[in-house]
Amino acid sequence: MNVGVVVFPGSNCDHDTHHVLEQVCGQQARFVWHKDSDLSGLDAVVLPGGFAYGDYLRTGAIARFSPVMRAVGEFAKKGGPVLGICNGFQILQEAGLLPGAMLRNRTVKFLSQPVHVRVERDDTVATAGLVKGTVLTMPIAHGEGNFFLPEAELDRLEAEGQVVFRYTTRDGRLDDAANANGSCRAIAGICNPGRNVVGLMPHPERAAEPELGSADGRLVFEALIRSLVSA
Amino acid sequence: MKVRVYVTLKKSVFDPQGKTIHDALGSMGYAGVEDVRQGKFFEVTLDAPSADAARTTVEEIARKVLANPVIESYRVEVEA
Repeated sequence: MNVGVVVFPGSNCDHDTHHVLEQVCGQQARFVWHKDSDLSGLDAVVLPGGFAYGDYLRTGAIARFSPVMRAVGEFAKKGGPVLGICNGFQILQEAGLLPGAMLRNRTVKFLSQPVHVRVERDDTVATAGLVKGTVLTMPIAHGEGNFFLPEAELDRLEAEGQVVFRYTTRDGRLDDAANANGSCRAIAGICNPGRNVVGLMPHPERAAEPELGSADGRLVFEALIRSLVSA
Repeated sequence: MKVRVYVTLKKSVFDPQGKTIHDALGSMGYAGVEDVRQGKFFEVTLDAPSADAARTTVEEIARKVLANPVIESYRVEVEA
């Protein structure tokens, strides 16, 4: 499998993501500069975390106009797997490939800490083959991760089965204290109706090897690879 | 021509920064302050044939880039 890792000015998890794909998961990966729009030969695309364009104006607001995003949109439309991690998730929202927007964390603080997220679906490109209800431990590192959608649209999102991850306790219970950033309905990750575009705030690439305190993130990348094999 | 754009969170959207400022004002002794909402202000200078044309262009910019319609609304003012 050949996975593209998009690099914006200000991306800072691109090398970690590339490392996990190649060294941990044994796949091919190549960086795609944001001014390129050639995704040929790629089986999947990852938008990594960071601070694209310094997060000026709003997180992801400028990055979405990069040439590569038009190509990512077309790739996604054809069913190509796209995974957005943290800032990558915010860019997918600004680009309209995923619904909702991120508000400032309710604590008004940048949160950098491990969290537990429960897998809500087993049929997306980030969770294929995982058992629903599995709890993954991965770090978050963001100032704006407070997922927001109006109530009626949240209902629609839930009805369509687009909630992929929720912040929970270690044993998978919903708990207000476990939802550190204050996200609507404790949403940590969502997908598009086609299940091929997924965004999540926690960083699986920072928790993909036991040396890092958790290897749970590896399961997300393995799910991505599994979804490619079965596609 | 100068055009001003005010971007604010929609009334239905929680504003953690505004609330923090409001709480701080309370602890500073400003008991009468009922609410604070934080927003963004842009001053756009552009070459346009008329005030109407400037407004049309900047409203398009506000809609496409300056505001996120999921959470924000905007108001455009053309300097007289």
